[in-house]
Amino acid sequence: MTNHQALHTISVLVEDRPGVLTRVAGLFAARGYNIDSLAVGPTETPGLSRMTIVVNVEDNPLEQVTKQLNKLVNVIKILEHERGSAVERELMLAKIRAQGDVRARIMEICEVFRVNIVDVTATTLTVEASGKPEKLEALRELLNEYGIVELSRTGRIALARGDRGIRERVLKSASA
Amino acid sequence: MTKMSGAEALLRALEEEGVENIFGIPGGASMPIYDPLVDKSSIRHILCRHEQGAGHAAEGYAWATGKVGVCMATSGPGATNLVTPLADAKMDSVPIVAITGQVPTPVVGNDAFQEADITGITMPITKHNFLVKDPADIVHTVREAFHIASTGRPGPVLIDLPKDVLIASTTYKWPDSITLPGYKPTTKGNNRQVSEAVKLIVKAKRPVLYVGGGVIKADASKELFQLATTGNLPVITTLMARGAFPDSHELCLGMPGMHGNYTAVTAMQKSDLLITLGARFDDRVTGKLAGFAPQAKVIHVDIDPAEIGKNRAVDVPIVGDCRDVIGKLHAELAKRQDEGDGLPDRSAWIDQLHAWQEEFPYKYDQQPDGALKPQYCVERLRAFADDDTIVVSGVGQHQMYASQFWGFEKPRHWINSGGLGTMGFAVPAAMGAKVGQPNKRVVAIDGDGCFQMTAQELATSATENIPFVTAILNNGYLGMVRQWQELFFDERYSGVWLDPNVPDYVKLAEAYGAVGLRVDSPGEVDAAIEKAYSVTDRSVVIDFRVDPSEMVFPMVPSGASNDDIIVGPEAITPTTDPAEAPIA
Repeated sequence: MTNHQALHTISVLVEDRPGVLTRVAGLFAARGYNIDSLAVGPTETPGLSRMTIVVNVEDNPLEQVTKQLNKLVNVIKILEHERGSAVERELMLAKIRAQGDVRARIMEICEVFRVNIVDVTATTLTVEASGKPEKLEALRELLNEYGIVELSRTGRIALARGDRGIRERVLKSASA
Repeated sequence: MTKMSGAEALLRALEEEGVENIFGIPGGASMPIYDPLVDKSSIRHILCRHEQGAGHAAEGYAWATGKVGVCMATSGPGATNLVTPLADAKMDSVPIVAITGQVPTPVVGNDAFQEADITGITMPITKHNFLVKDPADIVHTVREAFHIASTGRPGPVLIDLPKDVLIASTTYKWPDSITLPGYKPTTKGNNRQVSEAVKLIVKAKRPVLYVGGGVIKADASKELFQLATTGNLPVITTLMARGAFPDSHELCLGMPGMHGNYTAVTAMQKSDLLITLGARFDDRVTGKLAGFAPQAKVIHVDIDPAEIGKNRAVDVPIVGDCRDVIGKLHAELAKRQDEGDGLPDRSAWIDQLHAWQEEFPYKYDQQPDGALKPQYCVERLRAFADDDTIVVSGVGQHQMYASQFWGFEKPRHWINSGGLGTMGFAVPAAMGAKVGQPNKRVVAIDGDGCFQMTAQELATSATENIPFVTAILNNGYLGMVRQWQELFFDERYSGVWLDPNVPDYVKLAEAYGAVGLRVDSPGEVDAAIEKAYSVTDRSVVIDFRVDPSEMVFPMVPSGASNDDIIVGPEAITPTTDPAEAPIA
């Protein structure tokens, strides 16, 4: 069992009920692990929500947290995505200072990154970007030079590659 | 389909679940439940004096019967007083359902009078909890709560019921089925894994059955007995499993761990195969984990997949209910031994274990005219009791003496606070046990520190006529902390002196309507116990004035390897080096 520190992406299929988010987040908080990003939304099945959690934690404690998550009554299924085994995407909105001649340069960057401009004022441009987290990070660094007024990211969402859904997959720890 | 109030639906659903007793205290938010208790329900409400007592009583009931214990409190402080018993039940996997009143839904979250977010507070210390906002949800929630509490790895479940939901009218319908898509405990052990386990067992030269509380929860003592005797496998019963295998049996090694006996501790250290059944490699058992049972392969049977591999790497993991898996292990082992060479010769190992037992028994020195020893009190309490006596303890030295010296023959006859280590557990838990097993004698062996935390339930015992015996091993100290200060803090006693004379336990007992007896010397012990056991119409408190300098041995200091077990006071090398002092 290797024990390297790494970012892990976990999909958690849960019942859509009050308090479920707290129960899930509480298992990480109780062990002092910081959640890097968390995205929650409805799924293909009414009544079920899907959380995508990105967390920085070693393999061994992560296995314990995953097993504890699996014990939560409202948790249906958990899938930890191995590196490269999932399509991962994120959405970012950023409001950039854009006065005078920098405005054209920003629009040029947006074109290269295939980014939409969704709001324009006399002094700012608001851009909408989606894609792999690495791409958004690269864009953010470029835009940072012009001055970012505010920025919001959804956090990562992920689906495993291949033809099967999360409910057809066998959890590692469940086979023990 | 009958119309009734939410509160009536609650009580009827509880009756449907077989509930006969509720331990509780009413208050503003839970009052709607108390009105139908007058004439619309067969359930007996036992009015406790503190909600913590109600919670521990529900636990004691569950321990003694295997059924779900029920406690009830009002909103706010009533509910928060249940926090300790809920945490206790979570750690020791005790099936209880707690029902709490809540402020009316329109003011939930408004800091209304006696409001506390009890579902939020108890999330990490319950197996699951519910806030019911619609009276139509009450009945199926009760069914789900009892199912969750009593199946899989058992545990506490809380149902929070706002007052308006209890008052509102609803139609009663018992649900045909339970819909819990995320809750499907694995109960049947994998047959291939069972075969792998048996392969290891027949090859093992120094096997040990490491038996935990899961065996008692699964009611698997019969299967365990068959497995142990068929395979000639020595048995260790943890603090949670005392009585799962009879102490009088020659294969029984008794309790392992920090204050376990030398043979049990050392058998694990020297073992080449730990057959772990419903146990969880707790730090109080393993000592320093890196030095624990270094030569042993591990078979780990547990119904909770999260326990497997948590503390110790496992060679053969088996997720399942202990009764199912132990039964399968026994069947497969018997088959293999019949087909093969019969029982492997393990006489060298068994002889070695018996030699250790001979050389290193639990021991203490009771001089006829010397200070009264707590171990002697436990042995005499046992001598006058039958095997059906239920023993309950709190946490500390008295708990260890009770576990070491009682001699348990049956499961569900030893009840204590193991994982959480809750002082004050014994008196209310003994009361709950007596409610569950009214025809058995219940003896709480308690410390004077523990006793004072929940002694008010003696009033409940008197008014509700639930008689039991409490034997206080009164050394005037928080004895276990004192012991650590003596051994590891250079005898610098701090915050541990209680005074054996305050309160006057005999007068206190009498004030509560119980019989109070005092024992100052060894010569008075037997007469007091005989007297105590002869009283059946009320509770009895015996104040045993025991030697405050007595310490629990053997001892594996916290953080030390089990190889460094200290068998008795003569083997102690005191240290004043703070780096060597134990942490917890």
